Amino acid sequence: MASVHKFALGSIAALALSAAAAPALAQQGLDEPFQKPFREALAGKTVAYVPVAMNFDLTEGWYAGLKKELEPYGVKFVIRDPNWNTNAGAQAVTSLISEKPAVMVIHNPDVQTYAKLLQRAENEGIYVIQINMGSAYRSSAFVGANWIEIGERQTEGVVKACQGKSNKIAIIQGALSAAASAYTLKGVENVLAKHPEIKVVSSQAADWDAAKAKAITQTVLKQNPDLCGIVGFWDGMDIGTAAAIKEAGLTGKVFLATSGGGERKGACELVKNGSFDLDMSYDVPTQAAQMAGTIKWLLSSGVKAGSVKGSEYTTLIPITRENADNQMTCWNLSDLKK
Amino acid sequence: MKRVRVSQQEIVFAVFAALFLTFSVFLNGFLSADNMLTLLQNVAVLGILGLAMAIVVIGRGIDLSLIAALAVPAGLVLQMVQNGHSLPASLLAAGLLAIAVGLVNGWLIAYAEVPPLFATLATGLFVAGLGQAALFQLDVVQWSDGMAGFERLGQGSILGIPTSIVMFAIACVVVFVLLRQTRWGAYIYAIGDNPFAARVTGIPSRPVIVLQYVLAALIGCFAGLVLAASVNSMPTRIFNSTLIYDVILVVVLGGIGLSGGRGGVVNVIIGTLLIGTMLNGMTILNVPYAGQNLIKGLVLLIAVITDTLLNPRNEETAQQGDI
Repeated sequence: MASVHKFALGSIAALALSAAAAPALAQQGLDEPFQKPFREALAGKTVAYVPVAMNFDLTEGWYAGLKKELEPYGVKFVIRDPNWNTNAGAQAVTSLISEKPAVMVIHNPDVQTYAKLLQRAENEGIYVIQINMGSAYRSSAFVGANWIEIGERQTEGVVKACQGKSNKIAIIQGALSAAASAYTLKGVENVLAKHPEIKVVSSQAADWDAAKAKAITQTVLKQNPDLCGIVGFWDGMDIGTAAAIKEAGLTGKVFLATSGGGERKGACELVKNGSFDLDMSYDVPTQAAQMAGTIKWLLSSGVKAGSVKGSEYTTLIPITRENADNQMTCWNLSDLKK
Repeated sequence: MKRVRVSQQEIVFAVFAALFLTFSVFLNGFLSADNMLTLLQNVAVLGILGLAMAIVVIGRGIDLSLIAALAVPAGLVLQMVQNGHSLPASLLAAGLLAIAVGLVNGWLIAYAEVPPLFATLATGLFVAGLGQAALFQLDVVQWSDGMAGFERLGQGSILGIPTSIVMFAIACVVVFVLLRQTRWGAYIYAIGDNPFAARVTGIPSRPVIVLQYVLAALIGCFAGLVLAASVNSMPTRIFNSTLIYDVILVVVLGGIGLSGGRGGVVNVIIGTLLIGTMLNGMTILNVPYAGQNLIKGLVLLIAVITDTLLNPRNEETAQQGDI
């Protein structure tokens, strides 16, 4: 009987103690056990960024977004700018492999050139994140647009606009060797296969060059003034395509679908003034945030480079005249850089 | 029997005529007036650049910085207006920049006696780098509201003729008058023909060489403004493209020998027409990119081989210019 009493007394005492301790604990705070290793995993690490070139909305946007997310954690962010030179890019990647950064963020000019190098980098223990334009090698992560989807949705837009019209369309491709161009073309073909009534009168590469795009479009429009739509492959280049349509007095008659990073001046403004009818945006700031998230996760997880492989395809924002005015649709490079 | 001598200019003209006839007969829509205008419009900027290069090549030089002179001053105009400066002030700044490029080129070549190939290669890289590093926020400089009205330099038409063709025509007339009607033009030919003889006869060789490069840079700047107005933006990355080879092609194909002292505006027009006809025909035929390069190369080879067969080199004619 005594032991029962003792137990009851002890329980009451324990309860009373814990009741007293609980507020005390809340006042002192509780140590979150995972944040310190997270900070330690990031501090002092080097992240290297190799775009195809700096100085245009996409690569500047990714750069600003990554910098904003990583530098507060003590990550050293370095950049190698090959300035559209694939050779210089391959050399940059090669020299980075020997410098051993923790992570490399790579924007491929084509599917082959860097593929072997990226594999070597992961074998050396460097995480490789490929952005927007992937290579033939699948690395820790791909963050970027799903080009096939872009091609499909652009073409669907054009096909719809062509209903009841001539059904003649033109395709202005980018650079033939770039993954973005080849995959978008595949998407275009997927939709065209379902619409045998659509006739492609011209399908040519303008090499991401606005002047070349303009020249091709001018000639095509003179040959086919009843053209009902054009699938363009990048808004930076399709400024030229749009200028040719405008000059021919066909704005509003020829539906121009394109794609890009969604920067205000390069996308929303041009949709608003009627240059583009549809601009599929892959929203660069969100992409940058996803890259940064992946980098944080990889560094803090400690998984072996090359042992995990995943993809994060961008949710596309179709920019049309309906939403081009909306503040959330586009982003400003100048704001992102602040 | 007298040997038939046919100049390269005539050969290229024949190739052009043959291509033109073939396309006219077999290609639906090629010979329409509209398409002819488009053809010219597409090569107008190339033609203007060809004129700039022609002046330098006639004077026995070469200017590889021409594309930088096209991209950077024109880009500067768009960027300055975007930043809130007035259009006239921006144009003035661009003009001064172009003149500076020409002066540096000319000084390096005429006074420091650096071979033109190296001097202009270096200044071109420097100016393009300067643009990217210090002048432009982005590679493609966008059109802004302050430029309103200026797009007429490259868009629209005057009396039914697209403006860029009119600009090419104006540039042709100016360069023609300069080369054929002025004393300085005659000096350029004399220096190109024989720089030592020119100097001995009292021609101010060095100032004339400087003038050549200043003119080239200014014409390049003008071509840049026409291009920017035409595509409503200035893709300054054009410096990294193969455009400079196309320009040299226009000049050499048209029959202006790299050894200097020969040719003129007509040669540039013929060279430009040939390139324009090829590009236009192939676009209508929907020839893919790789195929276009193949055909371009083939036509060039035919022109060059024919020239070699008809005008065999001997010791005297083989003397190359000092490039």
